[in-house]
Amino acid sequence: MLRDITLGQYYQTESVIHRLDPRTKLVGTIVFIISLFVFDNIWGYLCAALFLAVVIKISHVPFKFMVKGMKAILFLLILTVGFNLFLTPGEPLVVIWKLTITKEGAKSAALLAVRLIFLIIGSSVMTLTTTPNNLTDGMEKLMRPLKVFRLPVHEVAMIMSIALRFIPILLEETDKIMKAQIARGADFESGNLIKKAKAMVPLLVPLFISAFRRANDLAMAMEARCYRGGEGRTKMKPLVYKKRDVMAYLVLLVYLAGGILIGRILL
Amino acid sequence: MNTAGSTIVKTDKLAFEYIRRDEEGNVEGITRAVDDVSLDMRQGEFIAILGHNGSGKSTLAKHINAILYPTEGTVWVDGMDTCDDEQLWNIRQTAGMVFQNPDNQIIGQVVEEDVGFGPENMGVPTAEIWERVEESLRAVGMYEYRKYSPNKLSGGQKQRVSIAGVLAMHPKCIVLDEPTAMLDPNGRREVIRAVRGLNEVEGVTVILITHYMEEIIHADRVFVMDKGKVAMEGTPRRIFSQVEKLKELRLDVPQVTLLAYELQKQGIALPDGILTQEEFVRELLKLCAGG
Repeated sequence: MLRDITLGQYYQTESVIHRLDPRTKLVGTIVFIISLFVFDNIWGYLCAALFLAVVIKISHVPFKFMVKGMKAILFLLILTVGFNLFLTPGEPLVVIWKLTITKEGAKSAALLAVRLIFLIIGSSVMTLTTTPNNLTDGMEKLMRPLKVFRLPVHEVAMIMSIALRFIPILLEETDKIMKAQIARGADFESGNLIKKAKAMVPLLVPLFISAFRRANDLAMAMEARCYRGGEGRTKMKPLVYKKRDVMAYLVLLVYLAGGILIGRILL
Repeated sequence: MNTAGSTIVKTDKLAFEYIRRDEEGNVEGITRAVDDVSLDMRQGEFIAILGHNGSGKSTLAKHINAILYPTEGTVWVDGMDTCDDEQLWNIRQTAGMVFQNPDNQIIGQVVEEDVGFGPENMGVPTAEIWERVEESLRAVGMYEYRKYSPNKLSGGQKQRVSIAGVLAMHPKCIVLDEPTAMLDPNGRREVIRAVRGLNEVEGVTVILITHYMEEIIHADRVFVMDKGKVAMEGTPRRIFSQVEKLKELRLDVPQVTLLAYELQKQGIALPDGILTQEEFVRELLKLCAGG
């Protein structure tokens, strides 16, 4: 059924990584991604691989869930690796028909593949161990300084969390409208792509109307409960850094410094 | 509660007009949804406002929470004029509002977070928010569900969460705008029981807007609205004793009241305005014993 859909890809289990403050995880992911582009030698990447492996191990999330995220970018991965492999000028290594693989090409393709794969797995670790709700909270608090530039940080976070709450409701509604239309002879199944897309129109129109009506009702209900933006608002579940977050930041620092230094020392 | 205190809501010659416009923005017509309504409600009362669709009862309710502003006349909530912008948030805090559709008024993704939404907006300190959430959820009997997602609850349960959400703001008065219209009979009973509990145990003034006759039996006072005006006013018993007038206003009378009324018409000496089955049986037995 449509209503059983899971949002995001949160994997429910008990681990230190799950209990970390969402801000720690967000910063950690960003630092990890940056590190992938800062490291420029094999030792750095070994360091990154080790770090990632340890984090995955203590997150208690099965590795196959991380790999799932890869499927979406598989095509992109093959394409970019292919381009890099064949189109980089330099010292020829192998020549197959008209395609030449150069030494530089092979190197940059390998580098790119590793970067992309690590990047996807790294960010999957974050989304798998943090509920969407928590993630929104973390983002709001992290981006609070951007308010100086008149960025509506609180509003964006509120919009995101309301969207998350209404997705199942709207899905259920879609299901209901669909059934009502099918009962009156609508056909969503047969025909080619264009025909199917056209059949969606009578579905989308009532859905949009109902979404606007709901938005209107919700706005009224929020105002009736004294909602007036982020100003002067307190939090029921405020984000507070714990000891484990400090530890996590230290580990992150050690990782970053280690990854940069190890190359300098060994080469 | 019959020991009514000071005035909490007062309207004076209140009128509200909806202006309908065509696509170019020209005025097509004006509907006077509320017309010359003057009434007052006292602290601790259980008020029911009754009326069929389009009688103006919901429009009246939205004035109490300062969602709509009067076209003419004045509304005071706990002494504050609802047109006074500086008092807006105090008014909304004093008079909480529960709407019809439970899905469209729950903001949180977890029950307890939704109940905490109001206090968060008011700037209540974190520790006190938790206290208020717990006490409100207990008051409506939803404490065991505090960790649930609202999508997993029944209509009646969702509506009780909405009531808890308003209660957590510690209002003096709660306006419920047809809270049971979208519920099944079980959910309806649940919600009405919770509302009565608030009134009797917590002493909150309740203004219940409904078109179900059974729900007004426990009210202290009833206002019947028709075409934007207050057509009848009084205790449920007095209202229900005027069966013909209610029928004129296209309102249904509870079956037992109707039965008593019909028997009365046939010459059986039952008292006016019988509200419950128990009462009916008692009166009938009394008659039998006497005759």
